[in-house]
Amino acid sequence: MKKRIAVLLASAMLMTSALAGLASCKSGGGNSGADASKGHVYYLSFKPEADEAWQELAKAYTEETGVQVDILTAASGTYETQLSSEMSKTDAPTIFQINGPNGYARWKDFCYDLTDTDFAKELNSQDFAFKDSDGKTRGIGYVLETYGIIVNKKLLEQSGHKLDEITNFETLKAVADDIHANAATNGFDAFSTAGMESSTDWRFKTHLANLPIYLEYKADGIDTTKTIKGSALDNFRNIWDLYITDAPTDSAVLASKTMAECTAEFTDGKAVFYQNGTWAYGDIKGKIADEDLAYLPIYTGAEGEENQGLCTGTENYMCINSQADEKDIEASLEFLKWVFTSETGTDAVANKMGFLTPFKSGKTPDNYLVKLANDSLASGKSPVSWNFSTIPSEDWKNGVGDALTAYAAKPGDDTWDAVKVAFVDGWASEYAKIEG
Amino acid sequence: MEKIMKKNPGYFCLFLLPTLLAFMIGFVVPFGMGIYMSFCKFNTLKDIEWVGIENYTKIFMADEGEIFLNSFWFTALFAVISTVAINVIAFMVAVLLTKNFGGTNIFRTIFFMPNLLGGVLLGTIWKILLNGVLVTMRETLTTNGTNGFIGLLILMIWQQVGYMMIIYVAGLQGISDDLKEAAKIDGANSKQILFKITIPLVMPSISMCTFLTLTNGFKLFDQNLTLTGGGLKHNSEMLALNIYNTFYSRVGWKGVGQAKAVLFFLLVGAIAIAQLKITQSKEAD
Repeated sequence: MKKRIAVLLASAMLMTSALAGLASCKSGGGNSGADASKGHVYYLSFKPEADEAWQELAKAYTEETGVQVDILTAASGTYETQLSSEMSKTDAPTIFQINGPNGYARWKDFCYDLTDTDFAKELNSQDFAFKDSDGKTRGIGYVLETYGIIVNKKLLEQSGHKLDEITNFETLKAVADDIHANAATNGFDAFSTAGMESSTDWRFKTHLANLPIYLEYKADGIDTTKTIKGSALDNFRNIWDLYITDAPTDSAVLASKTMAECTAEFTDGKAVFYQNGTWAYGDIKGKIADEDLAYLPIYTGAEGEENQGLCTGTENYMCINSQADEKDIEASLEFLKWVFTSETGTDAVANKMGFLTPFKSGKTPDNYLVKLANDSLASGKSPVSWNFSTIPSEDWKNGVGDALTAYAAKPGDDTWDAVKVAFVDGWASEYAKIEG
Repeated sequence: MEKIMKKNPGYFCLFLLPTLLAFMIGFVVPFGMGIYMSFCKFNTLKDIEWVGIENYTKIFMADEGEIFLNSFWFTALFAVISTVAINVIAFMVAVLLTKNFGGTNIFRTIFFMPNLLGGVLLGTIWKILLNGVLVTMRETLTTNGTNGFIGLLILMIWQQVGYMMIIYVAGLQGISDDLKEAAKIDGANSKQILFKITIPLVMPSISMCTFLTLTNGFKLFDQNLTLTGGGLKHNSEMLALNIYNTFYSRVGWKGVGQAKAVLFFLLVGAIAIAQLKITQSKEAD
């Protein structure tokens, strides 16, 4: 009797563990009706806000072609972490993203040569292809984004100013100072808070910090360097001073302000200016009418900035995992081509994800900020390029961000010197640490 | 049951197998790989390249070493202070809640509840709360290391007191009232009863709780990540978070993070063993 119980128990246990094993295998696959012989596409996506649209596309593609497509989206700010662990698996992503030279340094062993693929030939301009030192295409930029200072024109006019007044840093400062001085009577302030909490600090430690990098590269005629001089840091200080002074929040406590709070200040009509990009349209839509929106370049007091445009670029390049099966690589390339050229695909990319793509058959999204960005380009202003990808490391951004927060808490020459140290010395020492 | 094991060692192994397998897969193998990888340069598990002790020398390279040592001292101080604070408070609450008065069970439940919430959630909530108070003084949790330290301490006390209290309550209830009564008849005052009878008799609970709080203090991560994120210029970055940040800080530094993790393991292991030895020697037989 006892023996029978023991045997029964043992077999029950084995069965449950076997079942658990099966269940965990099953959760990997998703779409029914997929044909395994046609290869398998697995895309690790970077943008949480576009996840739903990608999932729908994957389903539509599987129904149309029978190829299994799985989309996994990394939570905000965890892409590198997620990619490292997913790439270690047997069923690694077949499509992933890099952010430029630094991402490429990390993932070069995994980047398939895309030079002669149909997908790469869909690009409008080879400027959007990421090329390695041999000139081979390793990644394809697939979304063009633009950031700048988003303006609530209605509030601006209420405060007695016009958009035309602002043509450079001096005029921007004059208008912002005036609005800030009358904040109590107007009921709104100039800039929405430059929050330095981790959900929003990237707007400044990366996006705003791009301006002094851009200005220095432009003056020196280079596009990357291992030793930055910080020659445009005074411009950086100009705009940062303006952001932290002409805002509703005490600059000593910027680290407590989250993205949601900073965005709400703008969308609730408590601030006239808000630094963010085309991706923020979803938060603004419906709260501020399209005709009340305008887009200003980030003026910093640089010479000739009257002709400076918005900051347009990409930091997302699609790559194909070269270590995947040949069949899966083919399937992935086909899938990407379908997404960015077919009617269903381009429609979803433009209208559901709201992306402006650099592909021949791409559609213009229903995003008013994208329209404003295009108008700015069309008017002949010269766009500011995105140079984040030449930033040495995450630690550099954190160092600059921390120094900016400390400076805002106690603005002075000594605290600004700390920003300089983080910016200039940090740049060199980070490159030294990577190579050392 | 024991008889079955002795009669049929086959079953013994069979029943042990799943757990043993899980232990191997979930612990022994990753642990071995972790040690090996601390001597390697890698990005994923597919591109591991042996580099010798380079990762270990990089730990102390330039300002990196200073940051690592600072986070070590921050962690050590935090572990010691939080251990003392949590255990003293938990013990006092437990003594109170084993007295005879109504509602002790409700209070025990209330004190225990914070434990049911995850560290990430707690960190986020306390960040909003504490920052809300600090902004009135024109400061935030990350203004300086002290704010971060005190914030973490408040959070951990709030979270852990309930759990330790339950262990102490169990210990206290195990002491026979006869002993205390006998002491009282012999003329001992309540202070003497506490220090000569109660505390020596709950020594097993004390060593258990100090072990738990001390190791928790050393390996604190979620709360640190969400409450201060390491703070301005690493000023409230504890060891576990420092390791995590090193791992993802820059290209090619994953091995360095791994090497730090190995050092961290040795440190926490040594402290835990030493602490267990000391408190166990004080336990009453």
